[in-house]
Amino acid sequence: MFDGISIQLLMGQLLIGLINGSFYAMLSMGLAIIFGLMHVVNFAHGAQYMLGAFIAWLLLYTLGINYWGALFIAPVIVAAFGIVMERLVLKPIHHLDHLYGLLATYAVTLIVEGLIRQQYGSSGLPYSSPIPGGVNLGFMFLPWYRLWVVLFSFAMCLGTWYLIEHTKLGSYLRAANENPEIVESFGINVPRMITLTYAFGVGLAGLSGVLAAPIYQVSPSMGSSLMIVIFAVVVIGGMGSIMGAILTGYLLGVLEGLTKVFYPEGANLVIFVIMILALILRPQGLFSKKEGA
Amino acid sequence: MSRYLGLAAILVLALIAPFFVYSVTLMTILVFVIFASSFNLLLGYAGLLSFGQAMFFGTAAYITGHILKTTGVSLEIALIGGTLVGAVMGFLVGLVAVRRSGIQFAMITFAMAQFIYFLLLQSEFTGGEDGMQRIPRTEIFGVIDLSDNFAFYYFVLAVTVLSIAFFYRVVHSPFGEVLKAIRDNEPRVESLGFKPDRYKLVAMTLSAGMAGLAGGLKATVFQFATLTDVSWHISGEVIFMTLLGGLGTLTGPMVGAGIVIGLNDHLAQFGEWALISQGVILLAVILFFRRGVVGELGAFVRRFKAGGRK
Repeated sequence: MFDGISIQLLMGQLLIGLINGSFYAMLSMGLAIIFGLMHVVNFAHGAQYMLGAFIAWLLLYTLGINYWGALFIAPVIVAAFGIVMERLVLKPIHHLDHLYGLLATYAVTLIVEGLIRQQYGSSGLPYSSPIPGGVNLGFMFLPWYRLWVVLFSFAMCLGTWYLIEHTKLGSYLRAANENPEIVESFGINVPRMITLTYAFGVGLAGLSGVLAAPIYQVSPSMGSSLMIVIFAVVVIGGMGSIMGAILTGYLLGVLEGLTKVFYPEGANLVIFVIMILALILRPQGLFSKKEGA
Repeated sequence: MSRYLGLAAILVLALIAPFFVYSVTLMTILVFVIFASSFNLLLGYAGLLSFGQAMFFGTAAYITGHILKTTGVSLEIALIGGTLVGAVMGFLVGLVAVRRSGIQFAMITFAMAQFIYFLLLQSEFTGGEDGMQRIPRTEIFGVIDLSDNFAFYYFVLAVTVLSIAFFYRVVHSPFGEVLKAIRDNEPRVESLGFKPDRYKLVAMTLSAGMAGLAGGLKATVFQFATLTDVSWHISGEVIFMTLLGGLGTLTGPMVGAGIVIGLNDHLAQFGEWALISQGVILLAVILFFRRGVVGELGAFVRRFKAGGRK
């Protein structure tokens, strides 16, 4: 082992990296799904993630609904918000340059974050862990809740990937991505599919927010600070591939954790440095097959 | 003809404005006129959405401030230094960012700006979280003293007028025509034997240089530079100004900067509502008034004239 670096520190940071990586993976996967079908870069993804966490907090402190209830209810509410947003904001500008989609979701982010900050202030709100305690592995202490997050988000990523790449439903989606007119001619309601896909991606962001609530503090800016990293992750992985987004997310989370151990000053720079290197060495994206996807 | 009358009217208004309005507010508007125009050069004329324009603005503010604090050279040298640093940064970021087309350019510039933000946060010379304070406003050309805000306003106005003239020349040059063609149909431009990436890279360098000039001016107007100048909120604000004023028009960013700075001044007391209203207005512009204030007004005037002729 390296001098002066304890196994506890290394394993601790690896775990944090894996947790962060789980969130990077889930969020960039949602972003990739939405982009794949709609060609919209959903800037509001971070705000929707934050909404998920806030709704979980509100459910607990106003209605007394606990974490497990919130895990089901919050994503549904956030997805419903996504449906409204798609119909009112994204659909009317779908025919325009896709830059407008990014700008419109940016505007929604300003509104949502501003409203939440106006109502609840900008400081973080605590949300206690639903599974307290943990296990001592000898070389480190592993909180149960963190183990749950790693396993659950891994299952979510794998499940979503399977749904899109290996089921009939997913094949419609991929077909509509390639050629919406032909899919429409087979009698499939493509506009409704777009709405539901957006709702699904947004719901995933909401679900990630609930998962994050007990780990990070619930605050209005929790989403936008994460979004910056997610953009870098998606750029590194390439926009086209869902598996690419998942793998890049985990990889960067772990690399970031390792940087904290070996070169702490560079911890918040490492992802961007990797992005620059990836753009120079592999401009089409790590997992992208075609240019400019 | 009416166009020149309009420009002359704006210039006369700008000349007498400091007798009626607080000169620091006016200088803020002018700084953002240059800054928004630099953004407009990319999105309005080259179709490139820079979501990290603040990195050039903020870095140049620090560099200009640092030059003034450590060397005591005359003001214009420090401003040129900030401008050059902005341009070099723009070139380097462009080298990486133009490799991806369309929407990814926006994401890359957004992430790069955050990278710069963290770098500046950790640098010694910027003062970290505290920012850089007490930047001296040295004499211009070594002789003209402009420590008084009223007098300094006319210097900032002169720089702004020169900057607008510069943007006008760029947009109306053969280079500008190729940029517009790339915006409208990149594959076609490429098939004509042009190299779009090179044109984009030059546009990026020019735009970043001008954003740097705006940042340097900002540092000398307020005599401080902080991390806010590099944050993505500023990158977003300049997008808002340009879209609100009118994308792809020379006057749009001017009008947009004026409205937004004025709005911020009035809404500052309402806390979060300033940002919320920005979001609402931006959304309304994107959904209903994509031509912005200048574009919609122009269309209205044209319709009015056409109606009058009947």
